[in-house]
Amino acid sequence: MTHNLILRVVSKALIPPIIIFALYVQFHGDFGPGGGFQAGVILSAALILYALVFGLDAAEQAIPPTVLRILASLGVLIYAGVGIVTLFLGGNYLEYSVLGSTQVAGQHLGILLVELGVGITVFAVMLIIFFTFADRGRP
Amino acid sequence: MMDFVIGHYNYWIAIFLMMVGFYTVISRGNLVKKIIGLNIFQVSVFLLYISMSTVQGGAAPIITDGVKLYSNPLPHVLILTAIVVGVATTALGLALVVRIKEAYGTIEEDEIHEQDHTL
Amino acid sequence: MIDVFINITLLAFLAITAVAIVRMTNLFAIIMLFGIFSFLSASLFVVMDAVDVAFTEAAVGAGISTVLMIATMVLIKTQDEKRPAGHKPWLPLAVVIVTGAALIYGTLDIPAFGDANAPAQKHVAPHYLEKSIAETGVPNVVTSVLASYRGFDTLGEVFVVFTAGIAVLILIGGRRPKSIPNNKGRDENDA
Repeated sequence: MTHNLILRVVSKALIPPIIIFALYVQFHGDFGPGGGFQAGVILSAALILYALVFGLDAAEQAIPPTVLRILASLGVLIYAGVGIVTLFLGGNYLEYSVLGSTQVAGQHLGILLVELGVGITVFAVMLIIFFTFADRGRP
Repeated sequence: MMDFVIGHYNYWIAIFLMMVGFYTVISRGNLVKKIIGLNIFQVSVFLLYISMSTVQGGAAPIITDGVKLYSNPLPHVLILTAIVVGVATTALGLALVVRIKEAYGTIEEDEIHEQDHTL
Repeated sequence: MIDVFINITLLAFLAITAVAIVRMTNLFAIIMLFGIFSFLSASLFVVMDAVDVAFTEAAVGAGISTVLMIATMVLIKTQDEKRPAGHKPWLPLAVVIVTGAALIYGTLDIPAFGDANAPAQKHVAPHYLEKSIAETGVPNVVTSVLASYRGFDTLGEVFVVFTAGIAVLILIGGRRPKSIPNNKGRDENDA
């Protein structure tokens, strides 16, 4: 396995920083470049790297495809759910101002939750697509 | 004259790329190449929009102290959405190519037409 | 002056890569060139001050798209594009040239690249740039426009991504059928 050794060692060292970077991009999207989409794609790239180096079975054991399907729907539900919650609190659909005590606090909370939903869905869908393509090729 | 060329160079290259992508889609028979041509077309459209949003001497649209001129953030939002929709379309197109290959045994357009017409 | 030079160089590389993609026939080489094309366009977006867009294009175009195309190439087991010998596509070339000429004629009236007085910079954008911190408290104007001012578009986009995932699951979610391809009309039983 020597021709795989460098790959395995380097990816073991790299995958945790990639995941942390994805979380950083997700939550600092307000203050620098970033946001939900970029974070979701980077997080899925970390797991695709894991699947490519350590095998598809190990990756599917780390994140079973059933969990991925639930995560994909969860992200959409979070986004649409924020709108419904604002409806119940008296504002219009997706009017974040009613979520907090002041307008700025409400907007900030709303943007945070919405970007979280986007990030979760994009991560789950990219990984679903990759696992589906890879599974089709297995005999 | 030179100013005019330098001021419009971006748009002309974007249109050239658009036409290269368009040509790939309509003249090549291989399905994967058609999808790649479609992607080239999409990237050239992004280039066109982002060229229209830059401001000479401006900075990225992140509000910082001391910066007076920013680039226009609205096309950036449009193109962000367009990029993600583009990758969704590409993934779907590639899944269709895989199914077509399994059903017809080939991904060349003329051979697929032949198989459809010789029934 | 230097960024005009960088701009022109990157655009020239983009054009050369695109022409190379059309002319080559080996699928693997084409996919790698497409990854290079994506990276070059991401660098161009950085030079043009669109950092969020560059981030997304680099991650999505050079990352996910290239991986998916290579996965497809492995699944369809085809290495080369077949180009018949006497293939001379005059009609597509003529259509492309006419369309390109019409579009270039349309760009003759566009305000110059980087003009601060262009109509595109005048109507809604200054409002977003001035009011973003006061109304939403978020310095990154692209994020505040994406999530708050134009939140419905982003909701639609999340739905599109979700639908694409479901559609790929429906199309190739089962196990590959055991029968040999090239039998039209046979029954496909996906597990």
